[in-house]
Amino acid sequence: MAELTMVEALNLALDQCMDRDADVCLMGEDIGINGGVFRVTKGLYEKYGARRVMDSTLAECGIIGTAVGMAIYGLKPVAEIQFSGFTMQAFDQVEQNMARMRNRTQGRYPIRMVMRTPYGGGIRAVEHHSESREAYWAHTPGLKVVIPSGPRNARALLAASIEDPDPVVFYEPKAVYRAFREEVPETHETMPLGKAQVVRPGNDLSIISYGAMMRVCREAVDDLVELHGIDVELIDLLSISPMDTQTLSESVSRTGRCVIVHEGHQTCGIASEIIARLNEHAFEYLCAPIRRVTCPDIPFPYFQTEKQFLPDADTVIGAVQETLAWE
Amino acid sequence: MPDELNDNSDQEAPIPATEGQFPELKHGVKSSTMDTSPIDPGNIEVLQILDEHGQLDKSLDPPLDDELLVKIHRGLVLTRAFDHRMLTMQRQGEMGTFAPNLGQEACQLGQVIPLSRKDWYSPSYRSFGAQIWRGWSMERLLLLWAGYHEGFPPPAGVNDLPFSIVVGSHVLPAVGVAMGMNYKSDASCMVVNFGDGALSQGAVAEALNIAAVNAAPVVFVCENNGWAISTPLNKQAASENLAVRGLGFGMPSIRVDGNDILAMTVAVDEAAQRARAGGGPTFIEAVTYRMSLHTTADDPTVYREEELVDPWEERCPIRRYETYMKYKGLLTGELIQKIHAECEQEVIEARDLFRSTAASHPREIFDHLYEQLPPELEAQRDAYLRRLDERGGPDG
Repeated sequence: MAELTMVEALNLALDQCMDRDADVCLMGEDIGINGGVFRVTKGLYEKYGARRVMDSTLAECGIIGTAVGMAIYGLKPVAEIQFSGFTMQAFDQVEQNMARMRNRTQGRYPIRMVMRTPYGGGIRAVEHHSESREAYWAHTPGLKVVIPSGPRNARALLAASIEDPDPVVFYEPKAVYRAFREEVPETHETMPLGKAQVVRPGNDLSIISYGAMMRVCREAVDDLVELHGIDVELIDLLSISPMDTQTLSESVSRTGRCVIVHEGHQTCGIASEIIARLNEHAFEYLCAPIRRVTCPDIPFPYFQTEKQFLPDADTVIGAVQETLAWE
Repeated sequence: MPDELNDNSDQEAPIPATEGQFPELKHGVKSSTMDTSPIDPGNIEVLQILDEHGQLDKSLDPPLDDELLVKIHRGLVLTRAFDHRMLTMQRQGEMGTFAPNLGQEACQLGQVIPLSRKDWYSPSYRSFGAQIWRGWSMERLLLLWAGYHEGFPPPAGVNDLPFSIVVGSHVLPAVGVAMGMNYKSDASCMVVNFGDGALSQGAVAEALNIAAVNAAPVVFVCENNGWAISTPLNKQAASENLAVRGLGFGMPSIRVDGNDILAMTVAVDEAAQRARAGGGPTFIEAVTYRMSLHTTADDPTVYREEELVDPWEERCPIRRYETYMKYKGLLTGELIQKIHAECEQEVIEARDLFRSTAASHPREIFDHLYEQLPPELEAQRDAYLRRLDERGGPDG
């Protein structure tokens, strides 16, 4: 098994899916000769040619709208939006067509496509390059929303998303793109969408997170276990929609306490939805109110302030301690 | 907070004066470094074969076979009869809101007459004449506009897209389908229909540009009917015509008399042939007029003088085609009357079939969103079905 970064692992998934299925094609700005601004599509233009790796005109709405048309025609486009901040230009086509074409046409035109996009802060980027707006997509009926946290699950989830019969919004945590390497099997590998993963089993409290915040949570969990002797259970959500309510409620029914960590804004964020589901499925087991660790409801600040803006391990540790102290 | 950085109210940096520093710039000179060839709106062809009195430009009379010419007449008459019946049904509460197409019948049929079954069509919400021609049954269209989901998908074997209610949002997927044809080396084409109002949408500009850059086999038919609800054309575009828009994106563009079924058919056929042969997209501005309402929820007397509509009575696409058909010796006054009566009867039969088969299926609303229903939606469906059961009856 090779040790790959997330960028290399995503590239492997695209390469293998294109190799396996001639209907899989790539579209996006600067994804051809340039290999994408983060190099996720590096080498694929050379390997598969301009017909299958299409450099798009600079129009995000146009990329998603035409990808929907290609999917109607029977292809399986994987469209890259260069930064998730630019997906707002495409909102029109996601809402009108990508998410609901199957439903509008009573199943006549299923939309097998993926909208890939790097999301989140932490790389000192300019304005509109650091947003985490997964809640928009999770709120939209008809989509699936997937967010990996490391190279291995990124590869397996992207391959599964491309093979999925429904449209998938695939958020890539760009702060993790080259942050670490992980062993990734060379042979084709997928993971089921809609399943969370218990990364570390524990009995005292459940931390639920996803994407780039999983690194922050792992750091916090190491401290909590080693320095404070707290037996934390850590869950990686992986799939925002559909959401694995069962794994979450089983965990919290056992631990009775829960902290949810994400980069996205607090109000109507993913944590709010998780809390609502835990109220429905695990209310009688709760020993303390569930806490949210999120970014405040402020537009993502310019990068000299992002370190303070983003939740860090100390923020998570503080929330865990407060939740454990609640009687 | 370093206040001194933010507080510049007293000492704003002055804008440097530049007067007199630039040499006088000359307009219209040839440059060795820039391509100065102008986009000449004079490059836009205008096409009319049958004028409003039914007078034929014999040099342009297309060699269509007699059977097709008769079928076209029937299509025009049927479209108007259907429109008229829908309006009656809507006024009687049997139909939901819909967009009548009185006066635009030729424009709509002309878009699809040259298409084969392999070609694709992407209608707008006013295109039901074209949809009937493409193979949508009138019962299906009645279901659709009466609010039944079952009317929404295109019938089996008909390569059509659903229209969009958000104006212009169907044009990008239509271009995507055409890009798919290029991907698969499929020598077919896509005709996409939208109005003058849609041309103001950014997404439509993106679609035109992407189609041109990728040589997508698309025929853009911009049905210029003069109005976007209450907004007249001069509030949508400052250019003298809309065809210039296509030219600006680098595709052949033509202005066609949209009430002339022969001109529409010829223009679309030529564009479709070019598209199928790898020649890329064409922009067709079809000039017509919305003689009736925007939709049945609209009252044009609020914003439009009736006198504006009157000249278009004279330009009726059906009457001028009937003059042509009589001239060709293919129809007589008597035959024409008979065809009108038959079309009326056909529409009545479709209405009766619609009445006897229309049924809503509230239990099926969860069936088509995903290939497999996710667990959270299963739970929502169960709760929803329980609610229907508690109310009693199969439909709640």
